Amino acid sequence: MIETYSSITPLIAVLLPVAAALLVLLTGERFRNLRDSWSTIAALVMVAVVASMLPDVLDGRVPQTTIIEISPGIDIMLRADSAGMIFALLASSLWVLASVYAVGYMRAEHEHKQTRFFVAYALSLGAAAGVAFSANLLTFVLFYELLTLVTFPLVTHRETEAAIVAGRKYLTYTLSGGLMLIGGTAWVHMLGIDGTFVAGGLMADESISKATAWGLLALLMVGVGVKSAVMPLHGWLPSAMVAPTPVSALLHAVAVVKAGVFGVVRMIVFVFGAELLREMDAWQVIAVLAAATLLIGSMLALRHDNLKRRLAYSTISHLSYIVLGVALLGPIALTGALLHIVGHGVTKITLFFVAGAINAHTHKENVSQLDGIGRQMPITMGAFTLAALSMAGVPPFVLFTSKFYLGWGAAEVDQQIFMVVYLVSGVLAAGYLFPVVYRAFGKRSPDHVAYSEADMRMVVPLAITGILALVLGIVPNLPFSFFDLASEVARTAFDQGIPITGGAQ
Amino acid sequence: MIDEIAARFPYWASGVLIAVGLYGMIGKRSLVKKLIGMNIFQSAIILFFIAGSMRDGATLPILLIEDGHILTPVDPELYVNPLPHVLMLTAIVVSVAITGVALAFLIRIYREYQDLDEESLLKKVR
Amino acid sequence: MLAALIVPVVARLRYELGFILALAGVGLSAAASIWSLVYVLDNGTMHYNLGGWAPPVGIEYVVDLISAFVAVIVTSVATLVIIGTRRWADREAGDRLGSFYGLVMLLITGLVGMVVTGDLFNLFVFLEISSLAAYALVFLGGGRAMLAGFRYLILGSVGGSFYMLGVGFLYFSTGTLNMGEMKDILTDDATARSVQAGAAFIFAGLGLKMALVPMHLWLPDAYTFAPSSVNTLIAPIMTKVGAYAMIRMFLSVFPDGYLKDVVPIGDALLVLGLIGIIFGSVAAMSQKDIRRMLAYSSISQLALIAVGVGLGTPLGLVAALLHIMNHAVMKATLFMAAASVRFTSGITQVADFTGLGRRMPFTMGAFTLGALAMVGIPPATGFFSKWYAVQAGIESSQWIVVAVVLVSSLLTAVYLFRILESAYLHPLQPEPSHGHDVPDGFGETEQELALEAQAREAPLDMAIPTVVLGLSTVVLGVLNAVIVINILEPGIV
Repeated sequence: MIETYSSITPLIAVLLPVAAALLVLLTGERFRNLRDSWSTIAALVMVAVVASMLPDVLDGRVPQTTIIEISPGIDIMLRADSAGMIFALLASSLWVLASVYAVGYMRAEHEHKQTRFFVAYALSLGAAAGVAFSANLLTFVLFYELLTLVTFPLVTHRETEAAIVAGRKYLTYTLSGGLMLIGGTAWVHMLGIDGTFVAGGLMADESISKATAWGLLALLMVGVGVKSAVMPLHGWLPSAMVAPTPVSALLHAVAVVKAGVFGVVRMIVFVFGAELLREMDAWQVIAVLAAATLLIGSMLALRHDNLKRRLAYSTISHLSYIVLGVALLGPIALTGALLHIVGHGVTKITLFFVAGAINAHTHKENVSQLDGIGRQMPITMGAFTLAALSMAGVPPFVLFTSKFYLGWGAAEVDQQIFMVVYLVSGVLAAGYLFPVVYRAFGKRSPDHVAYSEADMRMVVPLAITGILALVLGIVPNLPFSFFDLASEVARTAFDQGIPITGGAQ
Repeated sequence: MIDEIAARFPYWASGVLIAVGLYGMIGKRSLVKKLIGMNIFQSAIILFFIAGSMRDGATLPILLIEDGHILTPVDPELYVNPLPHVLMLTAIVVSVAITGVALAFLIRIYREYQDLDEESLLKKVR
Repeated sequence: MLAALIVPVVARLRYELGFILALAGVGLSAAASIWSLVYVLDNGTMHYNLGGWAPPVGIEYVVDLISAFVAVIVTSVATLVIIGTRRWADREAGDRLGSFYGLVMLLITGLVGMVVTGDLFNLFVFLEISSLAAYALVFLGGGRAMLAGFRYLILGSVGGSFYMLGVGFLYFSTGTLNMGEMKDILTDDATARSVQAGAAFIFAGLGLKMALVPMHLWLPDAYTFAPSSVNTLIAPIMTKVGAYAMIRMFLSVFPDGYLKDVVPIGDALLVLGLIGIIFGSVAAMSQKDIRRMLAYSSISQLALIAVGVGLGTPLGLVAALLHIMNHAVMKATLFMAAASVRFTSGITQVADFTGLGRRMPFTMGAFTLGALAMVGIPPATGFFSKWYAVQAGIESSQWIVVAVVLVSSLLTAVYLFRILESAYLHPLQPEPSHGHDVPDGFGETEQELALEAQAREAPLDMAIPTVVLGLSTVVLGVLNAVIVINILEPGIV
């Protein structure tokens, strides 16, 4: 089935962004263009490195690196399994685009302390890769905490009063979550259980009392729940929108929050396992919380006029799509959830890219200010439209595909009610996004100034991601075999095959 | 009852002195009195040790030796335990050293502030 | 091992070249400690009888894994600190530099002596030696330091006397002062009330030296007002040796389990420790002077060590011992950074740390590393002592320990991150800089640039030790398994 072999590649993937950060730091402000290129170069190399492991992983041969024994009996170990590959590929490929975008944005906004920004940005990717490839609980905790740490300067970048408050909130939430994780991990080890992730649950064969299991579940799930913005742990996300948009785009649509839901996947699928959770009936609690977050998040999104806030609540909602999918404990639902990680990442980043481009170029922040902007920035708003269609779950966009699997997955485990939840949310998504499109293209602009497209460095990436949202829907295995990876995870977790509907490969 | 106390008199005295010493250190405002309290406290402990080394009817722990012959009886039961005495010499030295340093402190403080009362000193130094 | 004791004493001479001798003294001591550690790792415990008199008549020196470990920590940290605070010592001791270093050497002698001795009374002697030196060193600060030093003297002597009293009780019950022998004797019969009383007094005395709540009153003032060259030295190492002494009691003097079942010392330590952790962190949050903040923080961390000891399990002791190392390194880093800051700009209040991240990048960088370690971010060392402590708590089903340790991390983050925030995030001017600033892309205004021209990093001989200490917090963290497996776990048997 799955065979691991020793390889240094996962470690290289994690260290690459760190090296990039170092280069950025050393290059500094004087050689700005060189400095800013390091990120993109590193991102491209990182994608290549991670992708190089893909053929082996698909074959069932998983590269693994043991770095050091850090506590008696526990190693820091990296393993590029299918689930990790999904996250790592997503993060690194989006980093390529985001790094270009970030340069455009930062220059357009004349942001200060750009060196610090790019250093932290790169380090975040390194931490994210570490999270993706963690092979056991302690390694996961390590990179999770590091991720919190390196994203902090990004959240507080602008150094305004609001930014600092948001940063404190961010830290309080995420550090507390981290402490829960530490507690849970210590407990697992004290029970004598090895913390290495196993598809199907590392606790599956152990005999644990119900009380212990619930305690562990509470600790570990809250720990990852904070970064997944499951209600009521979501408070940090909307305020974090005060950060510059490249931060919101990559980190709070992709790296940090996806690390959170990835953590949920790890916990549910690789730590507890479906059987145990079914015995405990615990999945119902998680599912209900997720469903609630799903709906409430979408509803709150309708209320906010500030575009980034709206997108923030949309993110909160969609993260729970994933959590719910995982909590349903079915292979099809799991596949859908994993696909949604990818799809949502691509789609949401597009939306944020657009918001940032508009903001940088026209200083507009609110939806109500966007009348007629579509005519002036057609490519930008075109991408937004593509993404909006995807978010609403319109075929053949990627989020339709993932929602399809999610809904089907709900049916598979006889929880049709959640199918309904998904559908309703899709309608709500249309509700908070389509009006933007309509206003942008349908109405006249009240401004006297005629805007052109924003800086190309911003527009090109967002166009690419927008198109990707469509392409991935039609051909989910392009370019990185995401679908195959997802089904691989589901298969090993549940020992079942996943039917493929349409689509190439 | 009186017998009991009488028999263990040194120990009781030691306890009382410890209490007195502690009171002095904490309850008194004058720095000098605190120091005296500390001295009392330490002396009490030394007293305790010495008391502990006593034995009924025992005598000084000195052997008389002449020409290689030991003149006094060698039974250890007849002698007062010398080890605590030795230790207490050390303890006394320590106490003296501490007191010396403390007095040096007090002299410095007095030179600067002309006052050795804790509360008024606190105000002056603020 | 013996060299570790003698050299510092010999170096106590009244010279202007005091620094060089002091450095030599402590450096040699450190080297000797390291050599001892290696020796013990290879060959097992070292024994040495002073003057050739075997116990119980004579005084025996014992160096086992744990003693060597603590000795290495104490002397290495001291070496770095002495290098780093040379300029402060110059400034603060002036023409009495010779005596100053003499006192420092006495301090170190005392501490190392405490670590290597195998005799209970000998420990008292060395304890008082180091304490006296410390009282005098604190006193040198003048002003409030004089009062702080006096109070330290009084309270410290009480502690020492209590310890001595406890030893007295034990001696009269067992007839020996040798630690190893005492354990054998007590194992046979340890029910006497006097032994229990003795144990109580010993721990009371050591607890006071360790600033265990509620016996901590001397510490905040002493750490705050002492000269910078002094508090940087004392804070990381002095209280640790007191903690070491406690652990030594647990391991080598009292029979296993005695301190839990017969006399509830373990529980007392546990409870007082837990209270201390919370109290220290909470008190630290409201402090305005950084030295006082670090002082209360130290109380909190020492309490953590007490909790580890109080749990009494091997895992708990590992956590405590590791934290001795960790806290020594972390606190040394933080105090060195604070001393550097005070040296270059006279700043002591947290509120004045604004913008220091830019002006003193290396110093504040090291401070950041230390702070992150204190909060417990992996892979820095602080994380691991908390990790083991949490595990020990779970193992003993003392959930409150788990909760308190984890919460304390959060509290620590609050007071330390405030400093980091102000150092890195607030610009050097009162107005925060927004995005649309001077178009040179830097975003700095003229005012900022002018201030920056005045700014200077600490001199090299201060900055380097600070950075070394800071980096150690990470390096030692990564290597902690090596330390635990090879030194601590075998040492506890």
